[in-house]
Amino acid sequence: MNGGASIVDLFIWGSGGWSRPLLTGLCVTVACASIGYVLGIVLGLAVAFAKLGRNSWLAAAATVYTTLLRGVPPLLVIFLLFFGTNGALMWIARGFGYAGYIEVDAFTVGVLAVAFVSAAYSSEVFRGAHAAIPKGQFEAFAALGLPPVVGLWTVIMPQMLRLALPGLGNVWILAMKETTLLSVISLAELMRVVGLAGRTTGQPFVFYGAAAIIYLVLIAMSSRAFKAVEARMRWA
Amino acid sequence: MDLETTLHVATELAGAIWVTLALAAATLPLGFMFAALTTWARKSPYRFAQTVASAYVLVFRSTPLLVQIFVLYYGLSQFAWVRSSPAWIVLRDPFACAIIAMSLCAGAYTAEVMRGGLAAVPQGAIEAARSLGLSRFKTFLLVTAPIAMRRALPAYSNEIVVTLKSTSLACTITVMELTGVAKDLMSQTFAVIEVFCMVAAIYLAINMILIFALRSLELSLSPAYLRPASRMRRMIPWMSRSIAR
Repeated sequence: MNGGASIVDLFIWGSGGWSRPLLTGLCVTVACASIGYVLGIVLGLAVAFAKLGRNSWLAAAATVYTTLLRGVPPLLVIFLLFFGTNGALMWIARGFGYAGYIEVDAFTVGVLAVAFVSAAYSSEVFRGAHAAIPKGQFEAFAALGLPPVVGLWTVIMPQMLRLALPGLGNVWILAMKETTLLSVISLAELMRVVGLAGRTTGQPFVFYGAAAIIYLVLIAMSSRAFKAVEARMRWA
Repeated sequence: MDLETTLHVATELAGAIWVTLALAAATLPLGFMFAALTTWARKSPYRFAQTVASAYVLVFRSTPLLVQIFVLYYGLSQFAWVRSSPAWIVLRDPFACAIIAMSLCAGAYTAEVMRGGLAAVPQGAIEAARSLGLSRFKTFLLVTAPIAMRRALPAYSNEIVVTLKSTSLACTITVMELTGVAKDLMSQTFAVIEVFCMVAAIYLAINMILIFALRSLELSLSPAYLRPASRMRRMIPWMSRSIAR
């Protein structure tokens, strides 16, 4: 190995070591993934109901959205948002009479990218869950005289959530993997920090290896957690 | 976008399509090979081979592909003995590195697809073949493999689409394929939406062709009593629904 520092020196806590920047990067990764994931699930639910609804225009738009976002590489979506959001926002603002310059930071672009992609995948998950609910459940709440919205919220949605949980776990793992791509638009998440550390110390293998282990642990922990929640909800 | 820019964008993208297709065409067979090796190791009686195969699948499925590419391309160059070894001819080339990393990753996912396909083969069919006096190899070749292949094809076609999308990550290590060229064009021409739509159309068209071809293959492998009366009637809603995964 070249470079004098041992592995212990590299990862020591304090000004000389890289533990603190790595932890900051990890926090950015987790924050970006979780905010984007939650937004994506809300949007995905809306897209799923647009697809299931009676309005054929909305249904067509939702189908185009999911086909596009699932058929195109996430990296391309990130580039679209990175180069496109500033222009789009300024165009909207000009409509309201504001002519100044607007800039969106990399974190917002990252959250939006994760949200749009997870919305496309989670809408398919929700649609599958909706299709798996027995028809009798719909007839039952109608027979009880519940209005459709109330019935959907109190009868159908809780069952949908339970059926959708395994799929939503996969979407979460996809979202976390997608955040690594945000390093290309210079968001200071884990991959970016690791790359910087590798270049500065001349030991890229150590740092990329560390990143691999961190992601492995994160993803293993998440799938454990989702399995545990699934097991709990089975008899709820 | 004026005509001159449109032509410029179109010619740039037309060149990049071949890079993307070359990446996918090299990755898919290699990935299939790794998956076949893994499946063989998992079924082998040696405990060591089983452990290695399971660890490989676990590690490559639960780390992001970008990390795998960077470890291979940037990480390994840290060691002097790698740089002086003959493997360096391959490892210093970004195109080769991208193909190796992506096919290792695709292999791990495809191994799971193969496991699903093999698990779906009814035990009775294998027993029937064995009791007819077929050898183990012939049983595999004539009975197990065709059934497993038919069962695994829908999942494998998803895997192919995922692999095609993952070729976009090669642009992070300076391989100028479709997404990398699109990024440059977006920042040069400022016609962000137009470039995005053109590139998206290309990816969707490639996906559609691949899905259509695999669906036809799946139908031709199905026995006659499982085929629908009209091929097209079953094919059209299926295509519009399942672009990925």
